[in-house]
Amino acid sequence: MVNYNKIIFELSKPGRQGYSLPKDSFETDGLKDIPTVLLRETAAELPEVSELDVVRHYTNLSNKNFGVDTGFYPLGSCTMKYNPKINEELCVLPEFTSLHPLQDESSIQGALELYWNLQRMLSEIAGLEEFTLNPYAGAHGELTGLMVMKKYHESRGDFKRTKVIVPDSAHGTNPASAMVAGFDVVEVKSKPNGSIDVEDLKPLLDDTVAGIMMTNPNTLGMFETEIMEIAKLVHEAGGLLYYDGANLNPLLGKVRPGDMGFDIMHINLHKTFSTPHGGGGPGSGPVGVTANLVKHLPNPRVVKDSSGRFHIMNDNEESLGSISSFLGNFGVMMRAYAYILSLGKENIKEVGPLATLNANYIKESLKDDYLLPIEGVCKHEFVFDGLKDKSTEVTTLNVAKRLLDYGFHAPTIYFPLLFHESMMIEPTETESKDTLDSFIEVMHAIAHEARENPDLVKNAPNNTLVRKLDETTAAKNPVLTYKALKESQE
Amino acid sequence: MSKVLDDRKYADSHEWVKLEGDIATIGISDYAQHALGNIVYVDMPEVGDEVSQGEDFGAVESVKAASDLISPVSGEVVETNEELVDKPELINNDAFGNWIIKVKITDPSELDNLMDAEAYKKLCEA
Repeated sequence: MVNYNKIIFELSKPGRQGYSLPKDSFETDGLKDIPTVLLRETAAELPEVSELDVVRHYTNLSNKNFGVDTGFYPLGSCTMKYNPKINEELCVLPEFTSLHPLQDESSIQGALELYWNLQRMLSEIAGLEEFTLNPYAGAHGELTGLMVMKKYHESRGDFKRTKVIVPDSAHGTNPASAMVAGFDVVEVKSKPNGSIDVEDLKPLLDDTVAGIMMTNPNTLGMFETEIMEIAKLVHEAGGLLYYDGANLNPLLGKVRPGDMGFDIMHINLHKTFSTPHGGGGPGSGPVGVTANLVKHLPNPRVVKDSSGRFHIMNDNEESLGSISSFLGNFGVMMRAYAYILSLGKENIKEVGPLATLNANYIKESLKDDYLLPIEGVCKHEFVFDGLKDKSTEVTTLNVAKRLLDYGFHAPTIYFPLLFHESMMIEPTETESKDTLDSFIEVMHAIAHEARENPDLVKNAPNNTLVRKLDETTAAKNPVLTYKALKESQE
Repeated sequence: MSKVLDDRKYADSHEWVKLEGDIATIGISDYAQHALGNIVYVDMPEVGDEVSQGEDFGAVESVKAASDLISPVSGEVVETNEELVDKPELINNDAFGNWIIKVKITDPSELDNLMDAEAYKKLCEA
C-alpha cells in the first residue's frame, strides 16, 4: 500500500461516523459559556469517516514517511540523532499527560520540579546562571534571547544600540530573529577557513552595537579558535554575545558557552537532547543567560522556595514580559529530561567525541570524490562543495536526489551560502560504523555514476514514490488545502 | 561558463548597470541567476524610492536561497519591471535582457567604482 495516495476528504461519505464522545463528567453545557458571536452558524465541513477508515488512512500515509527510525538521516545542522524510546515511555505517564496548565500549583509539584531540575541541568551544561524553558522552538528562543539583549541595554538607559552583528555564514534564523526583534543586521565576513575575520569585526564594534550572534563550532563545523578574543572585543565595546545552540552537540559536557564568554544562548532540546523533530514541531528552545541578565528573563518563572516547594512566579517587573502561554512545550521537556538522566553526567561527555569521530570518518573517506573546501579536523558536521569532478555538471541537488534512490535521507544542501554547491553532512553520534560505511559506499557509487552515466543521476530520483518535484511551481503556486486542490482541478 | 556582456558595468555583488543619459538600467548577471537557480520571486522597490550605491534595494528569491539586491548606483527609482511580478523566471531565461529597475542617477562618477566586463569575467572565474 505504499502507493496509497488519498486525502482524507476523498474518503468521506455523508453520515458515516466513527466516534462517540465520553459523557461530560462535569455536567456543564460547554457551548453556553462561549459568546454567540464566536459560534459558527453553519456546520464545519469535516470528513465523515469510520474509525477503520481513519486508522488505515494514517497508517498508509505513515508508511510513506522517512524518519530516523527508518534510516540514516545526515541532515546537517539538524542533529537528527536517534530518540531513545525510554523518553517516550516516561512522557506518556498519566500523572503527566492528564495535567492541566491551570491546575493549582500545589497539585503539580512534580511537573514544576521537573521544569526546575531541567532548568538547573541546562544551566550547568551551558555554564550560565539560569534558563527559561518557555520558548517553543529554536528561532523563538533566538527572539527571546534578543529581547533580553534589548531589555538589558534599555534598562541601562542606552537606546542607541540598534545593531546586531551576524557572520555571513550564520544560520538564516539569526539575521531574521534580529530583524524581528527590531535590530538592524550588520554582516561580518568569514575568513577563507570559515572562521570569523577578527580584523573585519574590529571596525564594526562601536556604541551602536547591541551584540553579536554566533555559533561555535561554526556553520562549517569548525571551532572558532579566536572566540576568547572576539568575546573580549565585543564586551569592551559594550555589546553582548549571543550563542546559537544549534551546534551545541559536539560540546556537551566538554566546553561551556558561558565559559567562552557568551551572555545569552538558546538550546534546541529537539536537536541536542533527542526529542523527535523534523515534522514541524513541537520543539523547545530554552534560553539561558548570565547572572546580571536573569531579571530580564520572561514570565512566568518556576521558583523553588527554602522549604523545597515550587511556585509559578509572574511578578518579575524587570522581565521582558511573557513570550508563551504557560510554561512552554512540556512534553518536549520531559523527553529531554529523560535523555539527560539516562546518559548521566559521565556519559554525556561521550556524545561530542563520537559525533565528531563519525563526521570526520565520513569526511576523510569521501574527500577523494567530493570537494572539501576546508581541510582539517571538523566537529560534528562538515561541508562539501559538491562533486570534485565538475566536468560532469552533476549538481549537489542531483546527488541529494540520487541518495533517496538508495534509501538515505539527503544532507542539507545549498547551505551555507559560502559555497555554490554546499552539501552539509552531520551523521550524529548514534550511528554505527556499519551505517556510516554503507553511506560512504553509496556516495562513492553516486560519484562513479556521475562520471559514467550522468543522466542517471541528473534524472534522479528514479524509484521513489514521487519523482523530481517541480519546486518552482511549489514555491510560486502552493496548493495547501483540500479546498484549493478542488479549485485547482476545476 | 556564464555570459558577460561588454556594454555594461558590474558590481562585485553581481548586479549589472547600463547607463543611457542619466538613466541607469539595473539587473543581475547571468552568473548570478545561474548560481541562484530557479527564481521564484523578485522583491522590488516602489517608483519614487531612493536607492544608494552599496545599499540593498530589494531581493531575489530562488528555490535555493534568498539574496539581497545591492544597488550599483544612487538615485531615484523611475521604473520597475512589472513583468517580473508574475514571471520572475524571465531572469533565468535572459538575465541581461530582463532588467529589474531603472534609476535616475545623481552622480555619474559612481560608475567608476564598478567593474568593466573584463574585470567581472575574472571575478566569476576566480
